[in-house]
Amino acid sequence: MTNNPAIEFKRVVKKFGDTTILNNLDLSVAQGEKVSIIGPSGSGKSTVLRILMTLEPIDDGVVYVAGRPLWHEKQGDVLVPAREAHLREMRKHMGMVFQQFNLFPHMTVRRNITEAPRHVLGLTQQHANERADEYLALVGLTEHADKFPRQLSGGQQQRVAIARALAMQPQIMLFDEPTSALDPELVGEVLQVIQNLASKDDLTLLLVTHEMQFARKISDRVCFFDKGEIVEQGAPDALFDTPQEPRTQAFLQR
Amino acid sequence: MLFDMHWNTDTHWSFAVSILPILLRGMWVTLQAAAIGFVLAALLGLVLAGLKSVRYRIIAWPARVISEFLRDTPLLIQLFFLYYVLPDYGIVLPAFMTGALALGLQYSAYTSEVYRAGIEAIPKGQYEAARALDLSNLHTFRVIVLPQAIARIIPALGNYLVSIMKDVPLLSVVSVVEMLGVAKIIGDRTFNYLIPLSMVGGLYLLMTLIAASAIRLLDRKLPAQGIPLK
Repeated sequence: MTNNPAIEFKRVVKKFGDTTILNNLDLSVAQGEKVSIIGPSGSGKSTVLRILMTLEPIDDGVVYVAGRPLWHEKQGDVLVPAREAHLREMRKHMGMVFQQFNLFPHMTVRRNITEAPRHVLGLTQQHANERADEYLALVGLTEHADKFPRQLSGGQQQRVAIARALAMQPQIMLFDEPTSALDPELVGEVLQVIQNLASKDDLTLLLVTHEMQFARKISDRVCFFDKGEIVEQGAPDALFDTPQEPRTQAFLQR
Repeated sequence: MLFDMHWNTDTHWSFAVSILPILLRGMWVTLQAAAIGFVLAALLGLVLAGLKSVRYRIIAWPARVISEFLRDTPLLIQLFFLYYVLPDYGIVLPAFMTGALALGLQYSAYTSEVYRAGIEAIPKGQYEAARALDLSNLHTFRVIVLPQAIARIIPALGNYLVSIMKDVPLLSVVSVVEMLGVAKIIGDRTFNYLIPLSMVGGLYLLMTLIAASAIRLLDRKLPAQGIPLK
């Protein structure tokens, strides 16, 4: 099992109506690997994360997470579309951080973080609270536990969202443009938290971002997406300094 | 004399003072009809909203037709229908219950839209976050959607309570003696319509103003973000 990639896309097709979003995508991410996905808007890069988080179904191909098919179940030797129970189990491998934070506005910061550990993982209130405190400390917001999201800045809200995802203790963290909705002066504090996470060897991290410098700094590998395909991928220094493909060159010159 | 209470026609003032308790008896009927109509509307509306959102068209479609029909035909027709037609099929309700039912039915079409709009106003991101955290659908509805929707639903429902109050006088056509009906009887018997009708207008204004300010207070008390959960 441990030799399985954390994530594997095999000839995955995703369409919205007549538009092809992902065109026979193959992508493999090793356990503990930190991968950034860059590319123009509409290139399908966020869709990769949304498929993994089971927010968007796929039209063809197979996605594996921790060696098991995500959108399918094995029935004998054939793969059949997964039922909700399978999806619920598979989701436990992953946590996601959204561009718009998506905190629950009527819940305190602590309740935002403890809700899923309590009701999905079955932790006691006390245990869940301790876990919330632990992750709030990690994102540097210990003293804000009893506030509501609207009382926090955008950067603080996104750090709560990161703590909320981490409190489910996933092996894979998905970041969907986590700083795109933030005022420029608030971007740094969120990137700092993500960078700290990136130093954990056993955490697999998939980041969709427009922050090129940051992607370069934390990634083991960077993938350049365009029109539903990986145009080019490689070590960050190679991809950013000596891009081979004309489309990558054009994108990076902007 | 009405409800065993007499009026005094010596002066305008004494007349007004003497019919006030009689009008208040009628007002009590008005309030009861509005309250029962409102409770029916709130409950039936919830059922209608639920049926309309069912994925199977065989259920959702009739619910939509019924809702559209209730909303787009006059209350008076529905009232007459319930009062004069149902007894032909063996369903005989007291006039007061018929009236309250008619109010409840018509307004259920409106309240069902209030529920639907309240739930649809929840941003998609809330559902996605709940899904990403692996919360069950039922738990998501109970703890994420409902507490946020309710803050939008309750004030909107309250506005319909005021409308229902103002529609209660229609029930007088099926012999429910509510406040306006009481005023008319007094007018018929004393040939003085000005004072009882003016007083009904004033009492109505008082009722709706109180109800409206109660709703505004509730609206302010309910945080826009929803019922807070600590």
